[in-house]
Amino acid sequence: MKNTPSSIAFSAAGYALSLVLTLAAFGLTYLHIRAAHLFIPHYVLIPAILGLALLQFAAQLFFFLGFGRRGAPRWERPAFALTFGLVLIIIAGSVWIMSHLNYNMTPGQVSRYLEAQQGGF
Amino acid sequence: MNQDATADKALFGFWVYLMTDLIVFAVLFATYAVMRNSAFGGPGGDALFRLRDVFVETLILLTSSFTCGLAMHAVRRSDRRLASAWLAATAILGLAFIGLELREFSALIASGNGPGRSAFLSAFFTLVGTHGLHIAAGLLWMAVSLFQIRLRGLSPAVVSRLSRLALFWHFLDLIWIFIFSFVYLTGIAL
Repeated sequence: MKNTPSSIAFSAAGYALSLVLTLAAFGLTYLHIRAAHLFIPHYVLIPAILGLALLQFAAQLFFFLGFGRRGAPRWERPAFALTFGLVLIIIAGSVWIMSHLNYNMTPGQVSRYLEAQQGGF
Repeated sequence: MNQDATADKALFGFWVYLMTDLIVFAVLFATYAVMRNSAFGGPGGDALFRLRDVFVETLILLTSSFTCGLAMHAVRRSDRRLASAWLAATAILGLAFIGLELREFSALIASGNGPGRSAFLSAFFTLVGTHGLHIAAGLLWMAVSLFQIRLRGLSPAVVSRLSRLALFWHFLDLIWIFIFSFVYLTGIAL
């Protein structure tokens, strides 16, 4: 079996690391709502939660899926890199376009909408 | 063709499937990201999501990913009984997860906050429900695998299939990381 990493200690390390990262993310959120949303500013908390998610993603990819281990097939990295690029384009592109939609519609409609919403551009 | 080359091809094919499935989830995540504030005057994530329930679901799925890894260790040592036992444990944890998710969905629908309530809830049910469907498919696959181990033992073909099942199950936990972080935690925090 060369598809998966070999020792139980390796998997256990991945499990422990994932548990710590999960507890950190839930702990931050718990403290935040306990403190009536005043624990830390949202512009710090949200990137922190998403950063912990990315860390756990990397940890599980390495420890559980055995990504990037020695003797991995040659196509593994390029296939993953290509997919990761597509995922970034799809998500970042959608969010970017949709968040600018209000500013790029039929002119009269937009200014009326924005005036009503936020008092103009 | 020898067994190794066949297994490599099967692994490549399965990897291609996982990568395309990742794109399916990316599209659903993008939709959710765009729709998350469009609650149409209805309740948002902060009012609907329960931190404790999501925490329990997350621990269950993470642990099942670990027990699935333990099953594969037993497979590699050709320990048939232990492999079946860990795989059964994984399936039970998976069942518990899907049970909790169905309970959450039915509570939401019963309180009038089903997928038809708002764009936010449509996107939520589609994203989380698609993940749940994958979990259900994985459970069916596990049940079939348990029978195959019983009937044929750990033959090379069975082992090859089990290694792909393990990849699939770990993959579903990877997707869940982003669901609990992006959908639930930021939904509750904001």
